Amino acid sequence: MDSAVITVLIAMLGGAIRVSTPFMFVALGECLTEKSGRINLGLEGNLVLGAMVAYAVSFLTGNPWLGVLAAGGAGLFLGALHGYICKLPKVNDIAVGIAMMSFGTGLAFFFGKPFIQPTAPRLDAIPLGDWTGNPALAQALQVNPLFFVGIILSVIMWWAFRNTKWGLIVRMTGDSAASAKAMGVSVDLVRFLATAAGGFLAGIGGAFLSLYYPGSWNQGLSSGQGLMAVALVIFARWDPIKCIFAALLFGAAGAIGPALQSVGISQGYYFFNAAPYILTLFIMIASARSKGAAREVPGELSITK
Amino acid sequence: MTADTADKAATKSSAGPNLQLLRFAESITIPVLALVASALVFSVFLLAIGKDPITFYSLIWTGGFGSSFSLQNTLQRAAPLILTGLAFAVPARIGLTMIGGEGALVLGGFTAAAVAIPMVVGGVPPFVTLPVMAITAMLTGGLWVGLTGWLKYYRGVNETIASLLLSYIAIAIMNFFVEGALRDPSSANKPSTMPIGDAYRVGNIPGMDVHWGLAAGIILAIALWILMSRTTFGFAARMTGGNARAALAQGLPVGWLMVVCCMIAGACAGLAGFFEVAAIHGQANASLVAGYGFTGILVSFLARHNPIAVVPVAILFGAIAAAGGVIQRRMGMPDATVLVLQGIMFVVLLVSETFYGRIKFFQPRSTGDRI
Repeated sequence: MDSAVITVLIAMLGGAIRVSTPFMFVALGECLTEKSGRINLGLEGNLVLGAMVAYAVSFLTGNPWLGVLAAGGAGLFLGALHGYICKLPKVNDIAVGIAMMSFGTGLAFFFGKPFIQPTAPRLDAIPLGDWTGNPALAQALQVNPLFFVGIILSVIMWWAFRNTKWGLIVRMTGDSAASAKAMGVSVDLVRFLATAAGGFLAGIGGAFLSLYYPGSWNQGLSSGQGLMAVALVIFARWDPIKCIFAALLFGAAGAIGPALQSVGISQGYYFFNAAPYILTLFIMIASARSKGAAREVPGELSITK
Repeated sequence: MTADTADKAATKSSAGPNLQLLRFAESITIPVLALVASALVFSVFLLAIGKDPITFYSLIWTGGFGSSFSLQNTLQRAAPLILTGLAFAVPARIGLTMIGGEGALVLGGFTAAAVAIPMVVGGVPPFVTLPVMAITAMLTGGLWVGLTGWLKYYRGVNETIASLLLSYIAIAIMNFFVEGALRDPSSANKPSTMPIGDAYRVGNIPGMDVHWGLAAGIILAIALWILMSRTTFGFAARMTGGNARAALAQGLPVGWLMVVCCMIAGACAGLAGFFEVAAIHGQANASLVAGYGFTGILVSFLARHNPIAVVPVAILFGAIAAAGGVIQRRMGMPDATVLVLQGIMFVVLLVSETFYGRIKFFQPRSTGDRI
């Protein structure tokens, strides 16, 4: 095989691992929220605010993991706000999502202004590829611990949805609010908690953006990953394990542009940068009316009606 | 608040419970109260970071309406907001949450600039070139957003996500050409298309320092109000928005209505892009991505998706944008201050939706029925 092709493939592998992590966290958060029967379109706001808070806290305290935690807290705040507002009657959850998107990014840009210049300590990666003796491959296999946290979390969620009382309650609330009420479950409380927890996860996804890859804070940091993750959950059919694979696919698509640029193909850079959006759109077209998706969708979800 | 109290007085003086008047009063009072509430929440935010809210609001007043210069600045900024506000309002009436106005604006502005290049080089006179540019912008915007409506009805794709994805794709398309095939070599720092030149600029409304986009926006707002509230088309669209299944059962062409409403929306946003290129920038570049499409969503929500009400609300947001510079300089606050204010307004406004039909004052007293 041509060496340029191999370089591109390795860069895409590394890119898939790196780029997929924020997708993974937002998708898992959204998956939890949607399983409870509510949609949060505002996770883009959580992602951006999480990225800013993580960078600021890491810069001020010198500890990037504290930044990750603070990012989760910021996401929790926005998620809880979303969950609380949607509890009110006559309020449209999709519109609230758009509002939270603009509120979250507004707050992030406002408070993030002083943190664009300074350099904050970043998260360390685990070098998994040193044994290969291939510098490009070793570079690609520098994996951030959050990647593994995401995978473990998805397995736990998958297991919990099937085997625990809490998982059953969330699924029941999502499939039929009436039966949940009949069982004495507070639908509003379950959805509030699921939205808040989903927001927490999305905030952590933001921390990865600013503290690992691309690894700095600026206003153009997120380019719609938070929104794409919402589409990704539909594609993954509300299955946490499939969310991971979908996130890897999106990561690879997002890595095409930079990978081609690394071998000197910069023609059409913007076109390849649009690849994840085009992929998302096609996936939505393909999966929106499929029978499989119709079987798996939580019955109370407004997005597929 | 004066409008609000006047309405209350009007409702009290009217003999008997007039349902239409009550609903009209409700639909004005609740958004006005939401605006006041969000101003209070933002004041708390300002106090928390050690800034003076009174200075802030007085700066918005002077920066937005205080002098004839600032008023014209406000109207200039309101022009694209009217058009992008309409771009959200029309699909909202048919029940679609279509947020792709930004992309249609960018793509419309870009195609207008692109189609102008050969015409300017070939010496085609401006009175031919400008209408061609405007029509191109409206057509591309209309087709781009029309695609969202088509995907929604015929493929079941959620229109909110699809329209936002299409926005990102539209911006990528513009960047692709502006930094590639259509780049003007002399635009070193900021890749742009070739300038259309002063002779091809859209001029100002006589007697004002405001371009014709404002007049176009107001005319379109009135036309769309008539279309949506006084025609069979508008009635069918609103009925679909109320209950799409009932509309289908009545034999209304729901899919066609959705596509047409989306195309109207896209044409409005595309026209905004045309004016941004032909009246402000003179060329297409990254300046087109200024967030007008997203502010338009908020404008439409505050106007309760009523095309006429979009105009004053857009002027209010134009004033906030116009005052942004003064606020940055005088109060030492970042430019994102306006974003925070808009975010708070948006959230509070949506919370206020919960009060419709729940405030006793606005309910007819004679019967217990709510209509």
